[in-house]
Amino acid sequence: MEQPVTSLGTGGTAVILRLDGGYLFRKKMGAMGIREQKTIRVVAKHPFHGPVVVEVDGREMTLGRRMAEHIIIGDTE
Amino acid sequence: MKKIVLMGNPNVGKSVVFSRLTGANVIASNYPGTTVDFSKGRMCLGKEGREIIDAPGTYSLEPSNRSEEVALEMFGQADLIINVADATNLERNLYLTLQILEQKKPVILALNMWDEARHTGIIIDLKKLENELHIPVVPTVALSGEGFSDLVHRLDEARSPVEIEPMNDSERWMKIGEIIGNVQQVTHRHHTLRDWISEASIRPFTGVPIALAVIFAALWLVSFIGTTLIAFVFDPLFSLYTPIALGISTWLGPGLLQALLIGKLIDGRIDYIQSMGLLTTGIYVPFAMVLPYIIAFYSVLAVFEDSGYLPRLATLTDTLFHRFGMHGFGIIPVFLGLGCNVPGVLAARSLETKKQRFIAATLIAISVPCMAKNAMVFGILGSYGTGYIILVFATLFIVFVSSGLILNRLVKGDSPEICLEIPPYRKPDMLTVLKKTWMRIRWFLQEAIPFLFLGVLLINVLYAVGFVEWLGGIFAPVVQGWFGLPKEATTALLIGFLRKDLAVGMLLPLGMSPLQLVIATTLLTIYFPCVGTFAVMFRELGIRDMIKATAFMAGTAFVVGGVMRVVLLGI
Repeated sequence: MEQPVTSLGTGGTAVILRLDGGYLFRKKMGAMGIREQKTIRVVAKHPFHGPVVVEVDGREMTLGRRMAEHIIIGDTE
Repeated sequence: MKKIVLMGNPNVGKSVVFSRLTGANVIASNYPGTTVDFSKGRMCLGKEGREIIDAPGTYSLEPSNRSEEVALEMFGQADLIINVADATNLERNLYLTLQILEQKKPVILALNMWDEARHTGIIIDLKKLENELHIPVVPTVALSGEGFSDLVHRLDEARSPVEIEPMNDSERWMKIGEIIGNVQQVTHRHHTLRDWISEASIRPFTGVPIALAVIFAALWLVSFIGTTLIAFVFDPLFSLYTPIALGISTWLGPGLLQALLIGKLIDGRIDYIQSMGLLTTGIYVPFAMVLPYIIAFYSVLAVFEDSGYLPRLATLTDTLFHRFGMHGFGIIPVFLGLGCNVPGVLAARSLETKKQRFIAATLIAISVPCMAKNAMVFGILGSYGTGYIILVFATLFIVFVSSGLILNRLVKGDSPEICLEIPPYRKPDMLTVLKKTWMRIRWFLQEAIPFLFLGVLLINVLYAVGFVEWLGGIFAPVVQGWFGLPKEATTALLIGFLRKDLAVGMLLPLGMSPLQLVIATTLLTIYFPCVGTFAVMFRELGIRDMIKATAFMAGTAFVVGGVMRVVLLGI
């Protein structure tokens, strides 16, 4: 089932299906290593609609909540 | 002279590579966005000199903020590129590598952090990588210097491969996938204690208490190192110096030179804060009042920067900073501004939009007390008790928060979300920390001392020609009538524009009550930044935004001064 990465709980892991968003957004995420087929793990979710910390390829990144909501994952592992 | 430009993703160690190659020192840290401008240096290769340029980090050749634009400009000027890549994260770094290769400039690849890659179980076949990219690949460890003689020897082999054609995004990622599959092997890594600490310090419920404890400990450490240096190093040095200064004073005899060099003697003695001579106050203020805290602050900051903690702090403060029209990365300019506002305003470059940069610069100038401002606050209020000092800082904090909330509404434009890479924790290298601290201290001395001398000189001249009286008269309605301060305090505000710390000696003789002094020091902090900060704001924001920021500062000072008068003095 498709869902945004923000629906994962802290520590949850899944595979990225696609990035919903414009060319620039996909490009920016790609350059930072966040791409389709990559396994993504949620390291932390901050309250009050705060940022989400994700890990891809052993690298942690802090993303704003709206950005993270545009990362679409498949079923959780 | 041929130009060699260092290009690479943020936080891969370009600045350390630059220092290694040129022997010149530039500030390097463990967070993305340390370098916001370029630095130039030279190295000799055979008989020829080469110019080396350290560019800010960038993820791609399409810039998304001001410092990435600088990187692209530098790329345009390059005759040869040293592409510095992080060996622990090769796949992602290759994106920029391919983009650079498509531009047909000679390139050599430095695979930095080679030791860390080995430790984390990443094996890269260098020969295969060279064959894939058709350029020389040299493994390096910038911090220790491993691989550098190799890198320098092979610079001439740099080439622009005809084999690599311009590609679109998905073709590029396909190519990278192929290369990685071919050259890299990763053995599985177990969770370590470092990972555990890393996660605890970035998760909200554990991270916030850790952040509070860390900041509290850092502030305590700065004040402990500062006061210890003053008590055991600088004050003893100045007691040795006093007889010399008195000797010079007697030798000069009364007259203009004595007034200028030594200043007023108070009860026949030199008062380093109030005498206002070039050889007394002019050297005491920078060396004995500010320098100890500069040393303390920058050594603690260097440890912070190199550990990799700052991006975690930026994550934790993100939600709060959005209320001020920035995102969490804004904490980094604010932090740097605590040492000196100038590098703070410069660091705001890493923020993406004009709105964010404007707010960051204005907030720093208004309400982030640099070490000179802190020295002033401590110098004036220290003898009256900690309560008054806390009052000043509490006011500044309230001003920071409310100005941020207001500016967020007033300033038009976007505040995009945070998108920040979190580097692994690294143990700060003591030698690097000392070197970096020393560079910043030297910078402080070079910047501050000319202005201090100028300030001392100006004070003497202005008093002599009666300007002080005249100006006091003009501003009396505001200073006396609105802020409830003696009109002579106007001069302190004027001189504060050159150097905040000089104002101490001008406020103390006025016989103000402690609460009046609280108002005066708070106003001195917020009404205007010093001339150095002005210059950098002008450069970074442009004249129109600088005037807007200045108007906001003056307005804030007016309101805050009036409110403080009513609250503190009750009249």
